Amino acid sequence: MMHNHKNESVFVSGDEAVALGVRLSRPHVISAYPITPQTIVVERLSEMVEDGSLVARYIHVESEHSAMSAAMGASSVGARAFTATSSQGLLYMAEGLHYASGGRMPIVMMNANRSLALPWSIFGDHRDSMSMLDSGWIQVYVEDAQEALDMTIQAYRIAEDSSVLTPLMINLDGFILTHTYELVEVPPQEEVDSYLPPFSTPNKMSLEDPKSMGFSTSPADNMEFKYQQHKAMMDSREVIKQADKEYAEIFGRSYNGLIDCYQCDNAEYILVTAGSVTGTARVAVDSMRSKGIKAGVLRIRFMRPFPEQEVRNTLAGAASYGVLDKDISFGYEGTMFTNVNSALSGTAHIPRGINFIGGLGGRDISVQDIEEMFEALRLCPAHDYTEYRKNRIRFVNMGVSIHE
Amino acid sequence: MIKVRWLGRGGQGGFTASRLLGKAASLFEGKYAMAFPSFGPERRGAPVLAFTRIDDKKITDRSEFDSADYLVIMDESLLDESAMTSLSSEGKVILNSAAPQRYSSLAGSRRIIALDATTVALEIINRPITNTAMFGALVAASNIVTLNSALSSIEAEMKPAIAAKNKDIVKKAYDLVKEMIDG
Repeated sequence: MMHNHKNESVFVSGDEAVALGVRLSRPHVISAYPITPQTIVVERLSEMVEDGSLVARYIHVESEHSAMSAAMGASSVGARAFTATSSQGLLYMAEGLHYASGGRMPIVMMNANRSLALPWSIFGDHRDSMSMLDSGWIQVYVEDAQEALDMTIQAYRIAEDSSVLTPLMINLDGFILTHTYELVEVPPQEEVDSYLPPFSTPNKMSLEDPKSMGFSTSPADNMEFKYQQHKAMMDSREVIKQADKEYAEIFGRSYNGLIDCYQCDNAEYILVTAGSVTGTARVAVDSMRSKGIKAGVLRIRFMRPFPEQEVRNTLAGAASYGVLDKDISFGYEGTMFTNVNSALSGTAHIPRGINFIGGLGGRDISVQDIEEMFEALRLCPAHDYTEYRKNRIRFVNMGVSIHE
Repeated sequence: MIKVRWLGRGGQGGFTASRLLGKAASLFEGKYAMAFPSFGPERRGAPVLAFTRIDDKKITDRSEFDSADYLVIMDESLLDESAMTSLSSEGKVILNSAAPQRYSSLAGSRRIIALDATTVALEIINRPITNTAMFGALVAASNIVTLNSALSSIEAEMKPAIAAKNKDIVKKAYDLVKEMIDG
C-alpha cells in the first residue's frame, strides 16, 4: 500500500469504507432502506448527514422499491444519487433497476451480496446480483475494503461519463467483506474533488429546457433505445480503464481495469473468481507455486460490461481453468462459468473448464478448498472426455457433482 | 502472522476487543491487521467468536481459522475440549477466571494465563464487561502490541466519556498479568 502522508489511515469495515467513499463523492441525495448486511452503510451515512460532515438530503424511505424510485427522481433533476441494498431488497427494486438503466440515470448503488430466500439466509453469496445481470447496470465486484472505497469514487466517474450515463452497482460480499475490519487509506477531499467533477447530464428534467422523460415507445423505435443502452455499456469498458488509470495517477492505487490477474502470466491452471474470496485464492496460489505447480487467479471485477477479450486472452494459454461461482442458475451451471465459456467459444484451442459451486448461503471457502480445486484442474486435462464432462459442475465441500 | 481467537458471549464485547487489537497493530504500529466476528445475528448471552489476524504484510485470506496462537476466553464456562481444538499446539489460552487451576487438565502442554477480569471490570466501571480487561491481559501476555498502542486504540475506538475508564482497565489488567508472568 502506498503511504501518502495526506491520507488518513482508518481501521474500518467494508460497509464503513463504502460510506466514507460516498461522503467523499458528495452526493446530493441518499435514499435507502436498511437491510442486513448493508445496514452499516446507511447508518453511517445518516450519521454523517446528521453531524453535517456530509451535506446531502437523506431520505429514509419505506421500502427498497421506493429507495430506487427516489434515487431516480433525484437523478432525473441532475442530482447525484446514492442508494444501497442487499438480497431480497435488491429483488424488490428489480423493476426500478431496469427503469433507471433505461432512463440512463447514473445512480450508484452498493449491494451487499447475500443469499436469496427460501431457505431464508442473511449470509453471503452472489445469487442476488447475478440474478440482476440483465438489468442494464454496470456491475463491479470488489475484493477488499480499500477497493470498496476507491470504487465508490470511481463509480460516479464511470457512470456519469457522457458516453456511459448508466447506473452502477458495487458489490461487496456480505459479512466476509461488509463486516470485516481492515486498514484503509482515506484520500483528502480536495484530491477527490479534482478527480470527480460535479455531475452534469443532458437527460435533465428542467423548466428552462423541458424534455419528455419516462416516455413510451412503439415497436418502431424501442430497439433503437435498447441498442444505445447496449452501446453505452460496451463503450464503458474504455471509460472504466481510463478512470482506473487516472485514479492511479492521483491516488497511487490501480485495479487494472476489468479483470485483475494474479500469477497468470505463465499459469497452467487458472481459477476464475469474483469478490473477496480472491484474497483466499491468492494464498492458495502461493502455496501451489511453492510446490512447483503453476497456478494463477483471474479475478473478474466487472461482470457487466463483461471482460470478454481479457478473459479469452488470459485463459486461452492455460491447460485448464476453473470458475468459482457463489451462484447457480438452477438447471444449468454457475452464471460466471456460462459467461467465461461464452468468451472462450470460437477460439482455436479451448482448455477444459470445471465449475466449482461454493460459498452458497455463506459457507466458508478455505485455502485448502481452493488448493483442492487446483488439484482437480491438474487432473482434468488427462481425463477421458466423457469422464471430464460428467464431473464438470462440482459442489465445493459437499462431495457431489452433477453427472450430465 | 499472529492469529487470535476471541471467545465470549454476546454483550461481552469480544468483537470490539478483536477490533481494538487490530487498530493498535495497524494504526499505531504500522502493521496490517484484519478483524471479524463469526457472522450472524447478534444474540445477547449466546457464544460469540471473533478473529484477529496481524502480519507485517497485507493480509488477503478472509476465511475463519483454527490453530490460533492465542485463544482469549471471556467467559470461563466456554472453555472445554472443543474450544481447545481451535488453538495451535504451542498456543496460549488467556482466560477470565478467578480459579484457573480447575482447567489445568484441559490445557495439556499449553499454557493458561488467567486474570480475574470480571473483578477488574466491576472495580472500575461497576459492570461485568470484560473485553478491555482481557485485551490488556492479552497484550501483557503476548507483547503483540505495546501498552501504549493498546491505550491509543481505546482512544481511537471509544467516545471520551468511556475511553478514560477503559484505559484504566487495560492498564490494571496489563499490570496484573505482567506481575504474574514476571513474578
